[in-house]
Amino acid sequence: MKTASKIYTVLIFLFLFAPIAILLVFSFNEAKSLSVFSGFSLKWYRELFRDEATLASVRNTLLLAALAMVLSTVIGTAAAVGIEKMRSKWLKSTLSTVTDIPMTNPDIITGISLMLMFVFVGRFFGLANSLSFWTMLLSHVTFCLPYVILQVLPKLRQMDSALPEAAMDLGCTPVEAFFKVTLPEIMPGVITGAIMAFTMSLDDFVISYFTSGAGFQTLPIRIYNMTKKTVTPKMYALATIIFFVILALLLISNLTDDPEKDKHN
Amino acid sequence: MKKIVCAALAAALILALCAGCAGGKTRTLNVYNWGEYISDGSEDTYDTIAEFKSWYEETYNEKIIVNYDTFQSNEDMYAKLSAGAVSYDVVIPSDYMIARMAAENMLLPLDFKNIPNYSYIDDNFKGLYYDPDNAYSVPYAYGIVGVIYNANEVDEADAKGWDLMWNEKYSGRILQYNNPRDAFGTAMYKLGLDVNTTDKAQWDLAYSELMTQRPMLYGQVMDEIYNMMESGEAAIGSYYAGDYFTMVDAQADTVDLQFYYPDPTNYYIDAMCIPSCCQDKELAEIFINFMLSRDAAVANAEYTYYASPNKLVYTDEEYLDDLGEDTIAILYPETEDFAASYNAYAYRNLSPETLDYINTLWENVKIN
Amino acid sequence: MNGERRRTAAVLAPYTVWAAIFIVVPLFFVAYYAFTDNSFHFTFDNITRFFTATSQVTNDAGVTSEVRTYLVIFWRSLKLAVISTALCLLLGYPLAYIMSRAGARAQKIMMILIMIPMWMNFLIRTYAWMTILQDTGILNGFLTSIGLKPLHIIGTESAVIVGMVYDYFPYMVLPIYSILAKLDTKLIDAAHDLGCNSVQVLQKVILPLSVPGILNGITMVLIPSISTFYISQKLGSGRFFLIGDAIEGQYVANNLHFAAAMAFILMIILLAAMALLKYLTSRPRFKTVKGAVK
Repeated sequence: MKTASKIYTVLIFLFLFAPIAILLVFSFNEAKSLSVFSGFSLKWYRELFRDEATLASVRNTLLLAALAMVLSTVIGTAAAVGIEKMRSKWLKSTLSTVTDIPMTNPDIITGISLMLMFVFVGRFFGLANSLSFWTMLLSHVTFCLPYVILQVLPKLRQMDSALPEAAMDLGCTPVEAFFKVTLPEIMPGVITGAIMAFTMSLDDFVISYFTSGAGFQTLPIRIYNMTKKTVTPKMYALATIIFFVILALLLISNLTDDPEKDKHN
Repeated sequence: MKKIVCAALAAALILALCAGCAGGKTRTLNVYNWGEYISDGSEDTYDTIAEFKSWYEETYNEKIIVNYDTFQSNEDMYAKLSAGAVSYDVVIPSDYMIARMAAENMLLPLDFKNIPNYSYIDDNFKGLYYDPDNAYSVPYAYGIVGVIYNANEVDEADAKGWDLMWNEKYSGRILQYNNPRDAFGTAMYKLGLDVNTTDKAQWDLAYSELMTQRPMLYGQVMDEIYNMMESGEAAIGSYYAGDYFTMVDAQADTVDLQFYYPDPTNYYIDAMCIPSCCQDKELAEIFINFMLSRDAAVANAEYTYYASPNKLVYTDEEYLDDLGEDTIAILYPETEDFAASYNAYAYRNLSPETLDYINTLWENVKIN
Repeated sequence: MNGERRRTAAVLAPYTVWAAIFIVVPLFFVAYYAFTDNSFHFTFDNITRFFTATSQVTNDAGVTSEVRTYLVIFWRSLKLAVISTALCLLLGYPLAYIMSRAGARAQKIMMILIMIPMWMNFLIRTYAWMTILQDTGILNGFLTSIGLKPLHIIGTESAVIVGMVYDYFPYMVLPIYSILAKLDTKLIDAAHDLGCNSVQVLQKVILPLSVPGILNGITMVLIPSISTFYISQKLGSGRFFLIGDAIEGQYVANNLHFAAAMAFILMIILLAAMALLKYLTSRPRFKTVKGAVK
């Protein structure tokens, strides 16, 4: 059983990382091709570091994703706690249906309808440019929220509701009870929700396109707009670097984490 | 991990706050162009935007911010501008979209006093259907659609006209466009029909032609065609001449890509315009004028591989030398009357009814 | 208990306001477009068109028949989405289980490792899959080098499914994992003590307890995958026309009203399906399971 599950895990990760291996290989391609490898070269890395516009778009993307993640995780977790506590069945199911809506709409429709709304509001306030970084952030938080709520809700249901009550009986305020008892219990859900929110924001093109103002483009927008020609291996080089940076962060954080914590599990 | 995340977030917030505080008395230019459609300094090329900035700051002794954004299609660009969601000072749409935007009062007439370099534009590119009075647009690049094939697979004798894309001998090796306008275009040029007709019966004929072709296709693709032709994954497809050279640069050893123009075929022109949301029209005109100057125009033509309507480009020794005689012969084919061919075969803006009809036929092709 | 109510209202307030502004208001825009024509006059035409428009379809045997265009497109999208979701579940559940039984450090690493591929741009990932699956691609190069026959995958249904499974896989694994991670191990021990074998434990204890996670995973994979369009265009070589493609096509053809109508209908169908799913899983059988945790 042990070996079987090990083999299984390895196979799954092979599947997940196969395209990453391709990115890695073709980022060293000499030619401007993503399918014909003509020789080893570091030129796309050199190109990447000279490409101010792409680097700026990477910064924009990370900034947007980080803020969207924090906002949607805080609002979403609070919302999940509230939804779980709601007494009215009718209100509860209405709110959870509304939560599902952003997922059921194709991106292009969500993007255009948000754009129309921002323009409408912008006109109302007499703004020349309705769209900006902030409209993009609002949109990102909106499509990230359902993912957070969906992650946190089942953890709340799974949790023994007697726990926070016991904490309050022992003299905790409700806020203390939440942070000391409830939050640690639902943490896996909060973390997966946050990771998903970050990922969704990082990868979104369509909604970002329609809600972005002049002068603020994200990496996905840059990449998707390369349709006149095709995506250059420069972008593969960028992906490769991102991959290794994350891997390095992961290793560092594991080396610095307190190993004592592991024993409690 | 927590510390790293906290530090990253703090940095992010500071960045966010600073994004809004870079004020001061500077002029701002917002440019909206297709992706990968300007020489951007990569691979030691000319960095158009940076050069414009330093040229401007030297000439006018004034700071300038240039926001250069990209779009993916005419329709995406139109959706954002027509909603009034953003303001750009210069946009570079294609011909049919220019006609549509002009008709909807979305473009401002240009002041050619600020664009003296307009005189370098070849007369063939003036007075065309999309801007008959030369009021709104300054051509940036143009292209002609041709058929690209892998000579290691396709007999030289078969390589003529649109028939190659319907040749059963190469069944499973042919690529067709994955958008209705271009796909129907190939069928209509093949049949000798008008690609801008409002006659439904003619669209129906093209539809049948596409249905005949469908089983012979490798697939219907857009920019994936680069990879597929370069690697020999498919053998026949049609795209713009300039793109053919981009493919040749990266083709595999086993592949020998060749190119020819079927007759008739599609012509397109992308031109610089000033949309009505423009905030600084004079600056926009200065930028357009700069784009027409020798260095910028030559660099952009070399970078994109598309043909240039600018005399400073196609008469430039260095440009002709860099591209070579064969390339120039393909990019700038000798046409008796460019304007006449262009006006006859370029796509025009169709009425909503016609567009809807084509799209319905297209859906029918696609679900088969 | 008044304080409790106030607190509930307080934690709900930000989201309720948010949802009202950024979810409900845009929805009115969609509805407004869906029920108007190009000159913004009220009409049902867009809705009826979705259900009544017809096309000619010729099957492999050469027989031509008339079909309802958009219903066929919707049906095909649903089919591919369901297959992909099922595969995600089948492949993802064991991994989520293995993860949840691993050490704390390994859990953390695996969670990030599952997500990392999704941090590479979607388009770039899809291009990389094309390079792998092409007839002249990496996979076939490998197969022929070990003496096997090359496979034709790109442009087939399988290629689209591979792409969908790949892109939605983490959204199936992580929710299941987050439920399994805090599963009370005493329950499993108790079941073993009572004479259950491993299969019975899985069937009677673990699987029912992980239903909320599975449901979440299904929601997050099935729903977005129905309206996807990029994967079908790139990995399906444009051979598959899904509802996402149709909506995008209407937008490009300057027919935003019909695009909105399609999205509106799609939304109603999906919301109804989810309500049904929630209703079915909240039946008593699952209630007792929930009780078992306490």
